[in-house]
Amino acid sequence: MAIRARLKDLAAMEDKFVSGHGLCPGCGIPLMLRMVLRATEHPLIAVNATGCLEVCSSGFPYTAWKVPWMHNAFENAGATAAGVEAAYKALKRRGKLPGGDKKIKIVAFGGDGGTYDIGLQSLSGAMERGHDIVYICYDNQSYANTGGQRSGATPFGASATTSPAGSKIPGKLQWRKNLTEIMAAHGIYAAQASVSHWKDLFQKAQKAIEIDGPAFINVLIPCPTEWKTKIEDGVQLAKIAVESKVWPLYEVENGKYKINYYPKKEVDVTEWLKPQGRFSHMFKPGNEWMIEEYRKKVLEEWDRLVRLTKV
Amino acid sequence: MATKRVLNGNAAIAEAIRQINPDVVAAYPITPSTAIVEYIAKFVSDGLMTTEFVTPESEHSAMSMCVGASAAGARVFTATASQGLALMFEILYIASSLRLPIVAGIANRALSAPINIHGDHSDVMGVRDSGWIQIHSENSQEAYDNVIQAFRIGEHKDVSTPVLVTMDGFILSHAIQDMFVEEDEKVRAFVGEREPLYTLLDVENPITIGPIDFTDYYFEHKRSQFVGIENAPKVILEVAEEFKKEFGREYGFFELYKMDDAEVAIVVLGSTAGTAKVVVDELRSKGKKVGLMKLRVYRPFPAKEVADVLSNLKAVAVLDRAASPGGVGGPLFTDVRASLYEYTNKPILVDYIYGLGGRDIAPHHIAEVYDRLEKIAATGERGELLSYINLRE
Repeated sequence: MAIRARLKDLAAMEDKFVSGHGLCPGCGIPLMLRMVLRATEHPLIAVNATGCLEVCSSGFPYTAWKVPWMHNAFENAGATAAGVEAAYKALKRRGKLPGGDKKIKIVAFGGDGGTYDIGLQSLSGAMERGHDIVYICYDNQSYANTGGQRSGATPFGASATTSPAGSKIPGKLQWRKNLTEIMAAHGIYAAQASVSHWKDLFQKAQKAIEIDGPAFINVLIPCPTEWKTKIEDGVQLAKIAVESKVWPLYEVENGKYKINYYPKKEVDVTEWLKPQGRFSHMFKPGNEWMIEEYRKKVLEEWDRLVRLTKV
Repeated sequence: MATKRVLNGNAAIAEAIRQINPDVVAAYPITPSTAIVEYIAKFVSDGLMTTEFVTPESEHSAMSMCVGASAAGARVFTATASQGLALMFEILYIASSLRLPIVAGIANRALSAPINIHGDHSDVMGVRDSGWIQIHSENSQEAYDNVIQAFRIGEHKDVSTPVLVTMDGFILSHAIQDMFVEEDEKVRAFVGEREPLYTLLDVENPITIGPIDFTDYYFEHKRSQFVGIENAPKVILEVAEEFKKEFGREYGFFELYKMDDAEVAIVVLGSTAGTAKVVVDELRSKGKKVGLMKLRVYRPFPAKEVADVLSNLKAVAVLDRAASPGGVGGPLFTDVRASLYEYTNKPILVDYIYGLGGRDIAPHHIAEVYDRLEKIAATGERGELLSYINLRE
């Protein structure tokens, strides 16, 4: 029976990711995890790429995880989860599962570094082969674990330590990679979610885990540390990202695009950009073109997405 | 009854894997080990194996999958060579450090550049410090026998360490030879079932695998990881003894060929031992006291056993099919030389690098080495420490 997406019910459920971890104040990762780990009644095995979550939740001799958990390396969470799944299938078929036959689900977690960039090949291979795994990218838009270097997910204009806003080059000049669509191109269930919209995230996690086959969710994770924002602003900013169409909530299932949330009123991209220190140089005289460019691209991408839902 | 078959090394290893029928095989094709993967794919496709056979998009992912599958308690096999093994490098260390038994069949091959598909030991020597047990084979029979024993060794609870079984690319992987294939049931009974101490799939008893260590624990964990390979020698010999009882063929850390009264000897790995034996026979027929040590277990290196045998000789040549540029001779040479350091009686040692990129080594090349060893033994003059065989300079 599916678990109902009601806060009252969810609050009554046991936490599988518990306090004591060392993630930064205001980090959105635990919010995402608490939703995902509640989204199934089946036992779940977590596989974690090297990154913020792995480093901050597993410092020996402690762990914040109350489920079986494995970390292998940075770029191979997809393959590692696929290996666990292959073992599960083989041992289930041969009647050798510990404690008898049961359904077990395998979920991999990786940051944008481990997913958009260094781990993309491993993830693509695992998805193409059709393993019954869910891969969740916690996208905080930079290599936050190592101090905020640029990634393929870092937005245009953002100042990062390897794309710093200087007197000649005003931050990152490339648009972010559209990972969600790259994953959708594998013909799998692929979705984009945000920690600000917990119900949407919960339902997508539920669906992804329930699917008998590969699934992918890209979750926008506020990172006050590297976005250079107030700690308490994280979830609000994730919400503005959705409202301003910077981070649309959508899913691709059986090749069909569906936008899960249409913003009701117009929210300009400056509401997303302004509170974040990493974009502050864009508001300096002479850099107006950057905001223009940002706005134009966001709206173009949104229009394209809307068109895709009509295909 | 064992069946006499004519198989190349790749087919021999694949045959062992068909019989063992591991839980998971994850492997990426690469010359010259490709056929191992193809044979297994066909066995699975024809219903001769019930293994979960997976074809990852790279060797890096193949080894990553093996690590995940082994952590989940499965019996796991992969095969690779050369650049593939080099691409796995990062994850080989993780496999051994997490004490996860995995068996890898290697048809060894030169490393680029220049790209070259032929056999040499550069790939396996490149991973000698990765913490994997490393077993070399002289022929198809040994490749087959070593793979069967490798599962028992690696999965033994006192060892719990991955094992690499290697044979020379093309020279063994692609050359057909007479050999015995044992009965399926007997092989399966010999190998038995893997009994993991911990597994991710035991969801009632959640475990953490691969957490982060800071300066306060890393060193202790690292040290405890070495215990597995340190326990391996005893288990290697026990498994060999049982193997001999069951199948009749004898194995140890090394094979000694006409060494009883030998005064000079060659130490070598892999298929070249076969060629050297022919040369030893020829020289013995002329009354020369020459012998051969064919090393089988390269990691853990059986230092004391090797040195005990070699210490009483007058001159020894080590034949390295890999180089260690800028080092003190090839990898095998430095291990042999270090093993003898404490001994008062020890032979004069010379090193030869040979066969890189599949360059032939013929009986007359080996005869020249013995000829030089006899001169060294007679005069006490060593000459060059490092020489090259069959190289245009």
